[in-house]
Amino acid sequence: MSHDNLPAQTSQDEQAAIAAATAALPAHRPRRTDVDPRAARRAERQIALMFLGSALMTVLFIVAFVVIPVDQNVYIWGFGTVNASNIALGVTFGLAILLIGTGAIHWSKKLMNEKEEVQMRHSLASTPQDRESAIEAFDTYSADSGFAQRPVIRRSLITAMALFPIPMVVMLRDLGPLPGTVLRETLWQKGSRIVIDPTERPVRPSDLPIGGLISAMPADLPEVQHEEGNLNARAKAAIILVRMEPQEIVSQQGENWDYGGILAFSKICTHVGCPIALYEQRSHHLLCPCHQSTFDLADSGNVVFGPAARRLPQLPITIDPEGFLVAVDGFAEPVGPSFWERGDA
Amino acid sequence: MKKRSSRRRSLAAGVLMGGALLAVGSGYAVVSAETTPEPVVAIAEGSIEQLQVGRQLFLEGCSSCHGLSGQGIESVNATGGNGGPSLIGVGEAAVDFQVSTGRMPLAAPEAQAPRKDPLYTQEEIAALAAYVATLGPGPVNPTEEELNLEEANIAEGGEIFRTNCTQCHNFAGSGGALTDGQYAPSLMNATKEQIWQAMVTGPQQMPIFSNETLTPEDKRNLIAYVESLKVEPNPGGLDLGRLGPVTEGLFLWTAGLGFLIVAAIWIGAKVR
Repeated sequence: MSHDNLPAQTSQDEQAAIAAATAALPAHRPRRTDVDPRAARRAERQIALMFLGSALMTVLFIVAFVVIPVDQNVYIWGFGTVNASNIALGVTFGLAILLIGTGAIHWSKKLMNEKEEVQMRHSLASTPQDRESAIEAFDTYSADSGFAQRPVIRRSLITAMALFPIPMVVMLRDLGPLPGTVLRETLWQKGSRIVIDPTERPVRPSDLPIGGLISAMPADLPEVQHEEGNLNARAKAAIILVRMEPQEIVSQQGENWDYGGILAFSKICTHVGCPIALYEQRSHHLLCPCHQSTFDLADSGNVVFGPAARRLPQLPITIDPEGFLVAVDGFAEPVGPSFWERGDA
Repeated sequence: MKKRSSRRRSLAAGVLMGGALLAVGSGYAVVSAETTPEPVVAIAEGSIEQLQVGRQLFLEGCSSCHGLSGQGIESVNATGGNGGPSLIGVGEAAVDFQVSTGRMPLAAPEAQAPRKDPLYTQEEIAALAAYVATLGPGPVNPTEEELNLEEANIAEGGEIFRTNCTQCHNFAGSGGALTDGQYAPSLMNATKEQIWQAMVTGPQQMPIFSNETLTPEDKRNLIAYVESLKVEPNPGGLDLGRLGPVTEGLFLWTAGLGFLIVAAIWIGAKVR
């Protein structure tokens, strides 16, 4: 009953088969190194040189590790100013392992025996006798166990096995709770003061020249503690302020949502949510660096190119009694990428 | 005889013009200084001689595109050839930036003016900038004090840089692509003055970062950060332009996979 996939004891038939298979192979052509002893000696030298080169690199690695200070920089043409220790250690260590590999392969290709051989192997399938005896054994032990004769045990076992996987489904509950309105709300609300990100300075309309841009956030964002989800709040509330000539504004998402040509847009791309601020001040196009979605800020933030499916949400702004820019209201639509419960595209 | 008199006349006109410009310029500076306590935008002062030199350089080198009085010229063909924007109100900072980075004078109309060796000396650039500043009030050059980075906070500058600059100029300040063949240039060759000038003037597609949104202190912090990027040593090997996954991926897919394929072919090749 040995199924080891090993060379078989060859019978006469098999020896004949081997002879036939060997005859079918193309004739063996000896290598230069097989027939020319000088070529063989040269190959031997090359292989030994590679191994010795590897040994030298290992020694150099140890020397470099000991000798070169960790913070020493060196200028190498084509690389620029680089850390001397990192370069030396990387190059010596890499060459040490590479030369062992190339030496071994060169050795096997040039000098090791490469004569073709045919080796017969057993078929992988079991013999008919083996299969019959297995079926016989199964029937015997199945009858011995009484699985068929004792329905109470059988059914209770099936019940236990059927229920066992259910906890893995039940545990999915912990993926919840459902996000609820979290994805629809940002910190922006009526009267939120706009401050510059990251200097937290409030903005007067006169601060922003035509063609100007600045990243901004709601003034109460820094008060949200890390444990309360500051990073999530920041990721949703980030905006950019841009200013253009009022007559250059073709359309907006709401009537007079600008203030004197200053427009506020969500900084989060509606495609997959990258922060987006590649603003071309002459074309008023805003590009996303991740997938090149392009939005026209002079035309309601509509998509003019790229994979984004929805326009960039605009934040309506005005000034408060102290003359600083504030939000008229929160965003009218969810910011950032699409999500399952959003409803539309 | 005729020649000499015409030359004398043009000289007199130049002096007169320079004087008038200076009078208007300094007059405006006084007026604007009265209305706003700290003028960010003011007309630069220059001596009559400097303004004359500047005007001469302007007429010779710039007026064919920007108009004889810097009013700008409408392009006569689709490529934008020979058309230049108005320089009234661009200020000395814009002139200094464009000419000192070699972007102006433009060699040929193309998607974007590339950085090249400046064509004018520092004195000539100063004269040109002083002259163009008299055309209308515009952003001024930073003072030496404003560019003193001794007390600058590099960490805060890094935060400002990452919030407002990295999208276009890359985390390592090595620039990146925009649309239609335009690009954000690398900051590695930009001087402290040029970075400041670019922020206050918004050259080409770059938005303006005024001294009110990013205060002079913010700008100093930011410039100190960029200066620290310039001298930052490279801890690893080849930086591949520090452009991020695009060049790194390209290198691995071509050079890296290429090396593996060649090695596999060598290992599998039959030896004769």
